[in-house]
Amino acid sequence: METILSIDRLTKKFGYLTAVNELSFTIEKGNVYGILGPNGSGKSTTLGIVLNVVNKSSGNFQWFGGNVSTHDALKKVGAIIERPNFYPYMTAEKNLELVCKIKGVPHHKIQEKLEVVGLADRKDSKFRTYSLGMKQRLAIASALLNDPEILILDEPTNGLDPQGIHQIRQLIKQIAADGTTILLASHLLDEVEKVCSHVVVLQKGKKLYSGQVDEMVASHGFFELRCSEQEKAVAVLQNNPTFREIKEENNLITAFLNEPMEADTFNRLMFDQGIVLSHLVKRKESLEEQFLALTEN
Amino acid sequence: MLRLLQIEYIKLWNNRSSKVLITAYFVLLLCIALIATVNFDFGEIHFQVAEQGIFNFPYIWHFNTYIAAWLKLFLAIIIVSMTANEYSNKTIKQNLIDGLSKWEFIYSKFLTVLSFAAISTVFVFVVSMVLGLIYSDYNEASIIFSDLEYLLAYFIKLTGFFSFCLFLGMLIKRSAFALGFLVIWQIIEGVFYLILRSQFNSDTASSVTRFFPLNSMSNLIKEPGSRLSAVRTVASQIGETITKDYSVHWYEIVIVLIWTALFIYWSYALLKKRDL
Repeated sequence: METILSIDRLTKKFGYLTAVNELSFTIEKGNVYGILGPNGSGKSTTLGIVLNVVNKSSGNFQWFGGNVSTHDALKKVGAIIERPNFYPYMTAEKNLELVCKIKGVPHHKIQEKLEVVGLADRKDSKFRTYSLGMKQRLAIASALLNDPEILILDEPTNGLDPQGIHQIRQLIKQIAADGTTILLASHLLDEVEKVCSHVVVLQKGKKLYSGQVDEMVASHGFFELRCSEQEKAVAVLQNNPTFREIKEENNLITAFLNEPMEADTFNRLMFDQGIVLSHLVKRKESLEEQFLALTEN
Repeated sequence: MLRLLQIEYIKLWNNRSSKVLITAYFVLLLCIALIATVNFDFGEIHFQVAEQGIFNFPYIWHFNTYIAAWLKLFLAIIIVSMTANEYSNKTIKQNLIDGLSKWEFIYSKFLTVLSFAAISTVFVFVVSMVLGLIYSDYNEASIIFSDLEYLLAYFIKLTGFFSFCLFLGMLIKRSAFALGFLVIWQIIEGVFYLILRSQFNSDTASSVTRFFPLNSMSNLIKEPGSRLSAVRTVASQIGETITKDYSVHWYEIVIVLIWTALFIYWSYALLKKRDL
């Protein structure tokens, strides 16, 4: 598999504060990555370093195997970090024309990408007249101008209204479906869960986890069930070593698995004990639950 | 190089205020020609400025470059704000993310500085040439093309001054404060001169302050007024003889070139060191 970005023991110190601490991970072509972490965990700093706007304190990073200089590599990258930054007095089209010049991309891409983000009819409006949602979409159009090998998005839905959030998410899904590698930094977990296949979890600048989303916590999932004989069911489950933990909440019993078990096996097990279920669901921990489990300690 | 200039051109020419300032600057340069039309009539005495010899070759090169240099403040505002605005709009960050290297960023600004200085120099050359051909008493080619070092000095002076503005924009990041600092710096240099003069004498003071950035730039083209024959006549009537060296010296050019190089290097070093 082709490596797009590899980061090796990257560290950034701001005075006493270590914003990024010995961080290492690699980005492979074709995957959608999420960088997760609470505010101030070093997500933006890490992206700033690989994007040539923040100086590293130590460690290394390499774009595309290290054969090109960082600024040349960035011509093959599309990135937006934090707020969209454009010249307020210029029209959308002129702003994109400037980006084309910097990246060395032909101008006919402008119209194409403005259509992708749905701004083609507003291309002659000045950037400062745009709403935040439109600005963010223009930023995405700008990042897509060069048909990038990788698209880097830092909190792309921050500050948007629900409609704007929805539009941006749809756009990201659409781009991911086209096979573009994406690196998405966010503290909104459902955002990452919806689009990412891989995650890197950061806390206080340290890497807690990197890998596939569903392998984040060693877990076999859990059952949610309801039945009329609640106490009996709980007693049965507690005596069974297959379950590590039983929770009761609002008449809903949650049984966490110690080892793999299918729902039909479970159903039969309960039926054999004389318990008839009125509700049964097998689930895996959501990203949020996994994330909280991971960042707890 | 052309790509970098095109980038700066898009940034500048789509900004209404810089467009207005640039246009105003070149219109004002043209207005030097209007001096020619200034007439005074005091009863019997008829006085026309153009006939006092200010448009004589080669004096006109000295006079016009000196006058035109005052207008550089217009372009200074543009240079400072085009640099500082990159910070306030955070577009400097976006430019770097889009794949401009830090050196390319500074270099594109410096190329703009050079273009402004070069266009301005050509403009002054053309205006002076036309005015000279109309009003000059001497029209021999050898006289017309003598003393052209004033144009070189003018170019170097503008380049140095604009590089200083560029550096201040990078350093201070706010155009208003950067321009304020420019004024304060001018005062600082003046105060230094006064302190040195009071401690030693004016010769020592000048020989030290001529190494200061703004002073070195203004030394390139000395005031031409006292070189006018009318002024000399008046001076000799009241018993003064003006002995002053008006020529452009190579070491003065070198001092300004060194400052220019330092300002550009410092701008680059700042950008390299900063976390944006």
